[in-house]
Amino acid sequence: MTGSKQPAASKQAAPKQGGQTAQAQVKRLLSLIPYLRQHDGVAITDVAEAFGVSPQRIREDLNVLWMCGLPGLSPGDLIDIDMDAVDGEGIIHLSNADYLTRPLRLTADEALALILALRTLRSVTATGDREAIDRALTKLEAVAGERPERVAGQAEVAVTGGREDITATVTEALRRGKRLELTYDVASRAETTHRFVDPLRVFVLEGYGYLDAWCYSANGLRSFRMDRIASIRITDTDVVEHDVRLRDVSRGWFDALKDAPLVTLALDRSAAWVAEYYPMESVTPADDGGLTVTTRVSDPAWLRSLLLRLGGGARVLSPEGAGDSAADAASEALDQYAALAG
Amino acid sequence: MAPRKTERILNLTICLLVTRNFLPKSRIREIVEGYHDLSDQAFERTFERDKEELRKLGIPLQVGSFDPLFDDEPGYRIERSAFELPPIELDAEEAAVVGVAARSWQHTAVADSTRSALAKLRAAGIEPDAAGLAALEPNVSANEPAFEPLWHAVLDRARVSFTYRGGATRTLEPWGLTSNKGRWYVIGHDTDRNATRMFKLSRILDTPKRVSKDGAYEVPADLDLRALARSLAPEEPRATAVIAIRPGRAPGLRRRGRPLSAERLDRLAYAWPVGFDVVEVGYADAAYLCEEVAGYAADAVVLEPTDLRTAVIDQLRAVAATRSAPRRYAAVGAVADADSVEEVVR
Repeated sequence: MTGSKQPAASKQAAPKQGGQTAQAQVKRLLSLIPYLRQHDGVAITDVAEAFGVSPQRIREDLNVLWMCGLPGLSPGDLIDIDMDAVDGEGIIHLSNADYLTRPLRLTADEALALILALRTLRSVTATGDREAIDRALTKLEAVAGERPERVAGQAEVAVTGGREDITATVTEALRRGKRLELTYDVASRAETTHRFVDPLRVFVLEGYGYLDAWCYSANGLRSFRMDRIASIRITDTDVVEHDVRLRDVSRGWFDALKDAPLVTLALDRSAAWVAEYYPMESVTPADDGGLTVTTRVSDPAWLRSLLLRLGGGARVLSPEGAGDSAADAASEALDQYAALAG
Repeated sequence: MAPRKTERILNLTICLLVTRNFLPKSRIREIVEGYHDLSDQAFERTFERDKEELRKLGIPLQVGSFDPLFDDEPGYRIERSAFELPPIELDAEEAAVVGVAARSWQHTAVADSTRSALAKLRAAGIEPDAAGLAALEPNVSANEPAFEPLWHAVLDRARVSFTYRGGATRTLEPWGLTSNKGRWYVIGHDTDRNATRMFKLSRILDTPKRVSKDGAYEVPADLDLRALARSLAPEEPRATAVIAIRPGRAPGLRRRGRPLSAERLDRLAYAWPVGFDVVEVGYADAAYLCEEVAGYAADAVVLEPTDLRTAVIDQLRAVAATRSAPRRYAAVGAVADADSVEEVVR
């Protein structure tokens, strides 16, 4: 999560025109022409949705297309668009562009982006979907850029998901709408728990697969890391409706945690990696070469475990006493070592 | 202003796509809308820039002689077979997974690339309907500022230089990017050290700069990023520790452990708490295992080797010393009702 303060801003040096580069627009137009040829009479709103842009942008595209065509650009050479239908019914009839029946080939960049996304999805899907993914991957890899045989190998995403049987059972429960019984390792509290849950969603975030579910032990929404599900059983009970809103994880844990309390830590040089490993609200260098960091902590047990792992390399600055449970756990462990040494 | 350039580039593309012969620049200037009003100099500049735009769009421009008798002026054309997406057909299931996957990228620029890839597939007649897979939400993020320059450098095979943690400047021929546990790494040939190296993107301190033209090197044909990442990353376990674990606790440690034979149990030098399970755990990095065991506090007791036991005890002492006020009673509190706390597992 390093650099999460500036999530890839300030790029695209190319001059923007009306909020988009000419390049981005030409790219879309070259797909739009063959698309519209195949979907005669399609609604502008549907095209906008298919292309992931606003209807206004599609209207702008049509205004450009109307002015383009074969060299010479006499009326018979221009791409023909029925502008009355566009303005009236909001539908598109395009003709006189027989030379553009196929889209431009995928660039290496586009193909690789899609291939990595499919591989990520693959990590949390079960047999049926996975076979479809493998078939789609094979087909995409064959048409990837100018040197397709090379592109697919140029990036990898490893996702830590669940065991085969676990993923399969979760998928089945989601499909059939059945309650699950889980044996789950809670890492931050270092214990194994049993619970009944109604599965709601499977997601991947920052390299791990998760199950979002309504948990009957906690009586609330919980995210379970798939690799920490030790065993799973599908029950005959149908899931019931829960009045919950799944949190938006698409912007990472940083946003998902935004309501949790703040804790400020002093990190020694030895513990400075923490600042790059976990999402931080602020990071300031300290005089002694270490760092002062502020982070959101939703689970006190997570903080306790972190402080124990850092072994004195981190101290809590505020709120006062937030680190005491770690100190006490350490004392308890030391007492136990002393007693055993007898 | 806005659509002029778009119109010109689209008209140029159409013109070069429909021409049978190589078209000389002078002819292009005459017939493509948007060039005639320009001065000679402005035309040259604009045409060069437009060619660069075509290249960036992935439109393959062929340069050749338009007339074998007069080969003094080069001509241009776009060969249809190199321009068009080759035939690709996805069945409904395949299209659906592509539709879901296309939502994955959180990185703005790569998300744009996924969107335009999907637009091309739609234009080729593929209709992704992801409604049946609504409960799936894959996310791929890349928050490291070095990601985007390296992503393009890898695809263009351009050498880069950057400052790595510690302050040294490194020069790399990047072969590929790999992500593990949500962190990105770049692997390639380090030209200063003449060796294969892997760098963690979050430890790159500046924006990687290109120091070569595109296509400056070849990537090994048998590149296997996964295997390389494994070989350049933490080693396989080389040593084993014996650890006693409280029942139901320290699941991560427990799962990696193997139960100890009765014979080995008899020969252990240290006693362990009654009811604890004793397991043997392999490890490569003693410091890492020490941290992990200390994290479990009184739920895990190191019995062997003695150095690890000592290291864990030292670490626990350091943590015990951080108490904000003298300890009055045994630890209770935050942990006791932890189940009521929203759990975010990280």
